Amino acid sequence: MSLIQPAELPVVTPAGAARPSTAGTWPEFDNPAAWIVAAILLIMPLIANGFFLIEIFGTTLILGIIALSLMFLAGYGGMVSLMQLTIAGFAGYMYAVFGVSGHPNISLGWPWWLATPMALALATLFGTLGGALAVRTEGIYTIMITLAIGAAFYYFTNQNWAIFNGHTGINNVATPHFWGVDWRSDIPFYYVVLAVAALCYFAVEYLARAPFGLALQGVRDNPRRIAALGFNVNAHRVAAYAFASFLAALAGILQVWNYRQISPGSVGVERGIDILIIAIVGGIKRPVGPFIGALIFVILRTFALDFLVKIGLDGNRFRLLIGLGFLAIVFWSSDGVIGLWESWRRRIRTGASGLRGKQSHG
Amino acid sequence: MGRRDAKIIAPSGRTHDDGEARSLVPGACAPFKAAAYCYLYGEAVFVTRLIERHPVWALIVILAIAVLLWLIFAIWPPGLEEAIGRKKVFLNAVFNGITLGGLYFLVASGFTLIFGLMRNVNLAHGSLYLFGGYVGYAISVWTGSWILSFIVAFVSVALVGVLLQIIVFRRMEGQELRQTMVTIGLSIVFADLMLWAFGGDFYQIQTPSWLIGPVEMPLATAVRSSGEPIYLQYPIVRLVIFAASVVIGIAMWLALNRTRIGMIIRAGVDDRDILAATGVQIQLIFVLVFALGAGLAGIAGVVGGTFQSISPGEDTRFLLASLVVVIVGGMGSIPGAALGALIIGLAEQLGSVYIPTYAIVVTFLIMVVVLALRPQGLLARR
Repeated sequence: MSLIQPAELPVVTPAGAARPSTAGTWPEFDNPAAWIVAAILLIMPLIANGFFLIEIFGTTLILGIIALSLMFLAGYGGMVSLMQLTIAGFAGYMYAVFGVSGHPNISLGWPWWLATPMALALATLFGTLGGALAVRTEGIYTIMITLAIGAAFYYFTNQNWAIFNGHTGINNVATPHFWGVDWRSDIPFYYVVLAVAALCYFAVEYLARAPFGLALQGVRDNPRRIAALGFNVNAHRVAAYAFASFLAALAGILQVWNYRQISPGSVGVERGIDILIIAIVGGIKRPVGPFIGALIFVILRTFALDFLVKIGLDGNRFRLLIGLGFLAIVFWSSDGVIGLWESWRRRIRTGASGLRGKQSHG
Repeated sequence: MGRRDAKIIAPSGRTHDDGEARSLVPGACAPFKAAAYCYLYGEAVFVTRLIERHPVWALIVILAIAVLLWLIFAIWPPGLEEAIGRKKVFLNAVFNGITLGGLYFLVASGFTLIFGLMRNVNLAHGSLYLFGGYVGYAISVWTGSWILSFIVAFVSVALVGVLLQIIVFRRMEGQELRQTMVTIGLSIVFADLMLWAFGGDFYQIQTPSWLIGPVEMPLATAVRSSGEPIYLQYPIVRLVIFAASVVIGIAMWLALNRTRIGMIIRAGVDDRDILAATGVQIQLIFVLVFALGAGLAGIAGVVGGTFQSISPGEDTRFLLASLVVVIVGGMGSIPGAALGALIIGLAEQLGSVYIPTYAIVVTFLIMVVVLALRPQGLLARR
């Protein structure tokens, strides 16, 4: 963790004051589209009603953070981990176990400000240990090991009653309530989620340029050479897992605050794979990708049923649609919808000639 | 433990590790004419070498096997029965574990074969298993023949495998990650299509009448007060299925080690590019292996549908089982899959009897220990 901690300090605050000098480090500040998106996100409560605010945008941001943690590992570290949702779910479970819930025989009844750091710490530890296990082998094996960890955790929550309360899970989890504000009511909760998402986004953006992130990308591209340069390859990988686990754990806490309950269904294997789909569909090379992917996913999940029924198909085939869309993205774009969008723009600009050569770099 | 000294230095100066040492042995026993004997001799040398190299581990394993054998064959003293329950429960768990291991082996051997040759982590393998189960169910309801359902399930799932390899995976050869992503997408699509076609119900394939009923095993569970031993009753269908999976495993091992195609496949596992350069029709071999691996998953689906039941969600369960089995046994190794399946099957069943709410943790811990001590898996060569 010591490698990562400083990363969270300089987020956002100094950037606006010294714009010319930071423009090189923070591409967002030169991009008018980014300012527009930020402004829209900030005034969203004025535009959207409660359903859209939480069910669409809140959920998008939460899923986006989990997918962002995967994007960090896969995009910068070259490690495709399928256990990010499991880490988030573990954090949620730990919050429910240590905090207050409708199951006094399971929950310890700690106040939220104690239960949250405890859950974050335990989930980060869990993810780091899982990562330490996964880095024992290389490349393609990571998927298998992390998937096995995720699936094992799912079955464990299902069969364990002492801590995880079996397949009913833990209900009526208490949410924070202080300074006279109910932080789970729609508008405050939206801003909490937005703030955490922004923090995570800029932390990843910063870390990608910090020495640690650069070394990590070196490890991704050529571990042997990085090792020869004197870096400890596995330590960098494990540290990346630790950081990604912390992000996922944050999202997991937000998720349990959102639904006020957690059950094995929340950590199911399909859900874990959904996170991978979100990251891949959005684009796995930049931190903004997972959020775009999450928005597409949440909109599809929420409206596909009505839409499919409207055009005369069976509304229950939502997962088929997701699967086919995912296959299409994997077949035709190496960088999700961002990649598609960019190659489309390039085609408009330069005409169709010479497209293929450039695309392989994008 | 003298590990370094025991390594064999090949003339090229490359050090050979445990497994490769084994491949040197058949040459060493060339004077023996009988090939099978030669191979057994090779295995024996391999085992002795393993013991020489890791004496402590070998001792622990031998002790564990001895304790297990004693628990199985001895009449338990009353103190032991009080401590961990009746022997009948234990024996049932052991047999369930071994037969479940047979089923896991069927699923995982296809998975490991496909992975070993094509480096394709086929995460749709669970879907192939489930598809085989549904096909087997449909055929057994339609024709009433249990045997026929195996044949049809094997052929139809193998066909799916052939189509997948030709239409999808051939286009992205060498891109391991992309192939894996595609298998994830396919598993989602297959799962939803099967849910569409068969609904969320549980199906169980009818066991044929000649396999219904228990058989008396020559293992005493307890002794009556009259001094007459009580023997264990065990469902015959599970024993038959286990025997069949052992036969399939041995057949596969023989095919891999005794035939020309097997030789080509083994060469492909070691170095695909050089094999292709020697003029072997490697695409054909890929299709063949994918068909075989998928077909085995299909057979396993019928077995699983007879043993237990088939329903949505079983695909994930068996995918997890094959993942863990292959991670524990060693990726790409058939004997490794057999060993891993046995270990995981036993751990799962014994765990669910003795520590019911933590059973999955035992399975998981085995994986962790193997990854910590021998990341390439117990019987892997790399």
